[in-house]
Amino acid sequence: MSAKTADKIATGVIVFITGLIALALLGLLGYILFRGLGHISWHFLTSPPETIRKGGGIGPQLFNSLFLLVLTMIITVPLGIGAGIYMSEYAKAGKITSAIRLVVEVLSSFPSIIVGLFGLLVIVNKFNLGFSLLSGALALTIFNLPLMVRITEQGLRSVPVQQKEASLALGISKWKTIRSVQLPIALPIVLSGSILAAGRIFGEAAALLFTAGMSSPRLDFSDWNPLHNDSPLNPLRPAETLAVHIWKVNSEGLAPDATQIAAGASAVLIITVLLFNLGARALGRYMHNRFTASK
Amino acid sequence: MKKSLIVTMALTLSLSLAACGNNTNNGANNGNAAASNNAPTNNAASADLSGSILASGSTALQPLVDQVSKEFMEKNSGVSIQVQGGGSGTGLTQVSEGQAQIGNSDVFAEEKLDADKAAELVDHQVAVVAMAAVTNKDVGVDNLTKQQLVDIFTGKVTNWKDVGGKDAKIQIVNRPSSSGTRATFEKFALGTKTEDLEGSIQEDASGTVKKLVSETPGAIGYLALSYLDDSVTALKYDGVDANVDNVANGSYPVWAYEHMYTKGEPDAATKAFLDYMVSEEVQNDEGDVVEMGYIPISKMEVKRDAAGAVTK
Amino acid sequence: MKKSNDREVATPHLAEEWVGKVYTFICILFLIITIFSMVYFVASKGLSTFIVNGVNVKDLLTGLKWKPDGEPPMFGALPFIFGSFSTSILAAIIAAPLGFCAAVFMVELSPKIGRTFMQPVIELLAGIPSVVYGFVGLSVIVPLFRDLFPGQGVGIAAGSLVLAFMILPTITTIATDALASLPAGLKEGSYALGATRWQTIYRIVLPTTLPAQMTGIVLGIARAFGEALAVQMVIGNAPHIPNSLFESTSTLTSAITLSMGNTAMGSVQNNALWSLALILMLMTFVFVFIIRWLEGRKKL
Repeated sequence: MSAKTADKIATGVIVFITGLIALALLGLLGYILFRGLGHISWHFLTSPPETIRKGGGIGPQLFNSLFLLVLTMIITVPLGIGAGIYMSEYAKAGKITSAIRLVVEVLSSFPSIIVGLFGLLVIVNKFNLGFSLLSGALALTIFNLPLMVRITEQGLRSVPVQQKEASLALGISKWKTIRSVQLPIALPIVLSGSILAAGRIFGEAAALLFTAGMSSPRLDFSDWNPLHNDSPLNPLRPAETLAVHIWKVNSEGLAPDATQIAAGASAVLIITVLLFNLGARALGRYMHNRFTASK
Repeated sequence: MKKSLIVTMALTLSLSLAACGNNTNNGANNGNAAASNNAPTNNAASADLSGSILASGSTALQPLVDQVSKEFMEKNSGVSIQVQGGGSGTGLTQVSEGQAQIGNSDVFAEEKLDADKAAELVDHQVAVVAMAAVTNKDVGVDNLTKQQLVDIFTGKVTNWKDVGGKDAKIQIVNRPSSSGTRATFEKFALGTKTEDLEGSIQEDASGTVKKLVSETPGAIGYLALSYLDDSVTALKYDGVDANVDNVANGSYPVWAYEHMYTKGEPDAATKAFLDYMVSEEVQNDEGDVVEMGYIPISKMEVKRDAAGAVTK
Repeated sequence: MKKSNDREVATPHLAEEWVGKVYTFICILFLIITIFSMVYFVASKGLSTFIVNGVNVKDLLTGLKWKPDGEPPMFGALPFIFGSFSTSILAAIIAAPLGFCAAVFMVELSPKIGRTFMQPVIELLAGIPSVVYGFVGLSVIVPLFRDLFPGQGVGIAAGSLVLAFMILPTITTIATDALASLPAGLKEGSYALGATRWQTIYRIVLPTTLPAQMTGIVLGIARAFGEALAVQMVIGNAPHIPNSLFESTSTLTSAITLSMGNTAMGSVQNNALWSLALILMLMTFVFVFIIRWLEGRKKL
């Protein structure tokens, strides 16, 4: 077989396999959306779930997912950016720094179920936070921190060193330089990275089964005082997220339309993740254009 | 430089200590809030109960407690009840350690906890759950004797034709050995513990078990009566139909209590809720218990203790 | 006079510098405390099976029978360990060539289609929750395998196929980065010598990027190893080493999720599950070290 034929065959095989992957992926997405889209309606998105009757919705779960996301990001972003800045600006190259780097790496590859079990043992039981949004948010913070650190580091590294040096040469303190020169430039990368990380939170279930719980108590959507028990904003109430709800409905659902609910909820989940991805891209592009003045 | 390092460390330490302090304060505040919420209930009449209750545990009992708690909270707006799954083991652990006020369980506490810990818990039986062996619709069997079931679940019989069905391989869809449903089934249907056979499927969740049994040729499993529908065949046990009446009069033995444990005697709000669980309103024929496929505790003509001894 | 003025300027400046240093240091400290407490708690729970309950370490690692409720209770976790390794490695074997092909397509053959179509789709694949993967696996792959092969459809084959989908984005992304970061001169030199595209890919690109590809594969295996819910739904969960790829078996994660909620904390059954979690955690360390080692080689 001549080299040319081999080349043609190989190219053909690669194109074929890539096509196959694309087909499988589209088939997967299509399958989920096709089965689920028919069930999505305004009523489905806003009404509470039913245990045994038909016609339950996913309203509280959708709200819980979003609220948990916000809560997690409130904790994760400052911590992650802070740690990222330390790693890229303050840490001196040496044994300790590389040990810290190793720790971050290990943390980022911990299986989510381990994070969930740790959450159950320490956050839920030892700290006595119970199955709550806050416990869930803390577990997810553990889960997302390493990612956030890496993203921040990446963003800061993309800042031209001249810009940093120019600022320092003007006698501006290092911290101020980081805050007002480096971070803004790194912002597009940090932002789109955090949105992708947020998408991950949205789909996580294993860690939340053990921390945020599997029930959604009565919510009073007219009461926005976070200290009230029924308030949707109370961080100490248990909260079932969309991904956990899919798991529960699939495995224990008694409602006659459990399959449709699971399918509909899956489709909603996928669409949301899709929106996150598109949002991250669009935002990244927009910020890039604005900050680099490339018109 | 060294000095700065020391200062940093000191600052960090004090900050983290402060953070810890805050944490404990919060915890204490929560405790106080809960306590002060509960306090008035002792003096006041039951008309305005208040307090917050956490009921966690059994996923089999969760839908019922969830449903009833919603109605209870509508009647008593001062009480907030949170219902959690997590499994019987989690529920018993949490109530025993005081993290939950109520521990929901499919099994007697003695079967999961150490004797001294179980002794501290007070049992409140709120409903009965019966289970039926179910098969795939194509196996051609609608009744199995106890011995036949034992033979199937211990792997002695591996083909449906040996128990009067078609020529098809038997596929067991079991529960994990830690499951309360399995414990009940083994204790009262088989009368013996079984091993996990090679090739058997194990799923904890009833929905998944039903799906697998309905789709897999030759499959046998067991489900609570509330999960039964047309997609699977429910078997008679020694010729007795698995239905509510047969369970109530004691002729169908594969059932278990659903327990709601409290540690010691419950406080006023919890007691009111537990009383409501077994009230006529919840337990009658139109109540939640029946609607959701459980069997009312009041209907039972037989009683059973933790050791499994049945009395009329 | 002048001196004190200087100080007035310098003090807020220095204070500001301190704020930055202390704040970022606290953040990193939090991270470190978290991981050490995780290791500590999981280890103390996992080790209590051996210390408090007196289970022999060797029995747990090499035993074939898992009967925590039996008389006497037996804690042989080898079937789970075997299940975890076989599903995750098989998943990588399926996903690695696919990921490499997709990467070659996206970098070498058609960057345009790659960027505008393949990459977003693959990123989206990474965002699909594992619960959904598990459900699709249970509704599509398991019935398909049941019809095509002897057995009930569940088992290592179904598990690793679902996992292959889940780790494909990881492997593809890293492979793509590796191919894209290759110096252009390397390929051009090869073409200039008259090599075909395939020869260039096979003889030059693949060997040069091999350590990076391996990193992607190990990362994929690590992710597959720790995945819980999706696997539990399609693996069958019998605590035995299976005789075929289509026979029900268990993994470490599926054993944990299946029984963790049903057992009471502190009981020997529960502690044994924590021991499985400990094994899972130790394996994470091993994977991280392998990745480190591979990355060290990449730099050479």
